[in-house]
Amino acid sequence: MGHITLQGVHKAFGQHVVIHGADLDIEDGSFVVFVGPSGCGKTTLLRLIAGLEDVTYGRILIDGTNVVGVPAAKRGLSMVFQSYALYPHMSVRGNIGFGLKMAGLPRPEINRKVEAAAATLNLTPYLDRKPRELSGGQRQRVAIGRAIVREPKAFLFDEPLSNLDAALRVQMRLEITTLQKQLATTAIYVTHDQVEAMTMADRIVVLNAGRVEQFGSPLELYDRPDNLFVAGFIGSPRMNFVGNETAKQHGAATIGVRPEHLRASRDGAGWEGKVAVAEHLGSDTFLHVDVPGIGKLTARSVGELGLTTGDRVRLLPDPGRIHRFDGEGKAIRS
Amino acid sequence: MARRVSPARIAVATVAAWIVGFVIFFPILWMILASFKTELEAFAIPPSFLFFHWTIENYETVQGRSDYIHHALNSLVVAGGSTLIAMLIAIPAAWSMAFAPSKRTKDTLLWMLSTKMMPPVGVLVPIYLIYRTFSLLDTLGGLILVLCLGNLPIVIWMLFTYFKEIPKDILEAARMDGATVRRELIYVLTPMAVPGIASTLLLNFILAWNEAFWTLNLSSSDAAPLTVFIASYSSPEGLFWAKLSAASTMAIAPILVLGWFSQRQLVRGLTFGAVK
Repeated sequence: MGHITLQGVHKAFGQHVVIHGADLDIEDGSFVVFVGPSGCGKTTLLRLIAGLEDVTYGRILIDGTNVVGVPAAKRGLSMVFQSYALYPHMSVRGNIGFGLKMAGLPRPEINRKVEAAAATLNLTPYLDRKPRELSGGQRQRVAIGRAIVREPKAFLFDEPLSNLDAALRVQMRLEITTLQKQLATTAIYVTHDQVEAMTMADRIVVLNAGRVEQFGSPLELYDRPDNLFVAGFIGSPRMNFVGNETAKQHGAATIGVRPEHLRASRDGAGWEGKVAVAEHLGSDTFLHVDVPGIGKLTARSVGELGLTTGDRVRLLPDPGRIHRFDGEGKAIRS
Repeated sequence: MARRVSPARIAVATVAAWIVGFVIFFPILWMILASFKTELEAFAIPPSFLFFHWTIENYETVQGRSDYIHHALNSLVVAGGSTLIAMLIAIPAAWSMAFAPSKRTKDTLLWMLSTKMMPPVGVLVPIYLIYRTFSLLDTLGGLILVLCLGNLPIVIWMLFTYFKEIPKDILEAARMDGATVRRELIYVLTPMAVPGIASTLLLNFILAWNEAFWTLNLSSSDAAPLTVFIASYSSPEGLFWAKLSAASTMAIAPILVLGWFSQRQLVRGLTFGAVK
């Protein structure tokens, strides 16, 4: 079981408030991602749950028990660090089995569990190696092995993939998601990469300047962002924002249209502009367009349009996909 | 591309290094040679370097007049004991300063170091009186205590700098793995800091072995280490350079051997963390 509830959790370092009252309910077995720009407090929030930082006030419940004041070692959680944080003087076997050794399990049982975890993570041939003899991906696996072998109530991941190269990151992303589904253990995962958040999460917590901006499923955040921050943060390339007269026509202070919801054509209806840059990815084309009176807009088209820098283009927003925001940046729902 | 160094420069640098090395080593060499001379030859001007009458009678006299083994054992117990106790106190202290610092940690560290700036002679009288009152004069326990306390600031400082180099994440990982602070120290921190701990241990041992001020003032016979043994040869009857040299050579021999075999460890420890 790993049902984690945060009730009015505040954290301040001296006078500096880092978390302004977080309320979250993380269901047992779900995969929740904390996402936000650097310095938004996502890692601090994770460390508060882990017990590596003390809560200033508020309550953290794990399976209904308040764990504020309970040391990290006794919370029954395990954590994968950004730096892997492997014990350099121990072998892979020693690293994975350390938690079980601390729990006082008999040696044969430790060995059995370590070998099972190693087999799951394809680490069996490396069990007697030291961390320095492993590649980045293998070290990451050892760190994950160390987390899963203890059968914790929840896994906490602190940007675990940020030290890996792009290809390995995609592979590990999939492995972590698959593993979490197999084990059905609650996972909280911190990242600044919204693609990671969208692909891995059951639910996403978007944080900004120590506040929870929105908590919902990836598609909820994509389709119905609560405010300008979430709208701009989720989705790649980011949402286009248009203010002024154009927004007023839609009864809003600002309107937002995602690049994939702007249809680009050489002629026809829509805002007229000039292509500043065209990025050809093969499957898609990203057009960065200067539209007089509106500003720079990005449009994403499937396939090739044959447009290049300097070409005239028309951009037509999908009327059903226009997001409206009021003067305070909150979404207007009609 | 690495900068090219011409063979001539290498030759000059090598010769210069040898000269500096020789200048530093010269007093020790002179002492060792003098210990094999007769008293007359030891005083002779100009001195002869290799072509003199080699003799070991100084060593025989020194051993006959005073018990070298007794003093050497005292030195071993005092240096070893004070180092061991200092390490037992310093490891947890340095841990707490490095990983759980409070607002006053920096001040505490500076204050500890400032105690080393005071000349020991300034507190000689009070310490002597305290030692006399508690019957600690000329006892091994008394010497161990004073040397341990005297070296503790440096030991804590050294360990603190080594511990600071250890990533905090690793200790936090141990905590997440269910380790208590004590187990974190035993299973994770100490093994990772072995090079640093070893060099601190060696340095502290050498400092304690060579310490002369407190050992000369607080001991005379029973607990007297090798420093007292050497000092006894610059006595009222006059200076006997050859015998003094023999005694000094015997006193520094063990630490010289230890230093020789541990120099790699010492250098590695002292430059620990300097290069990432």
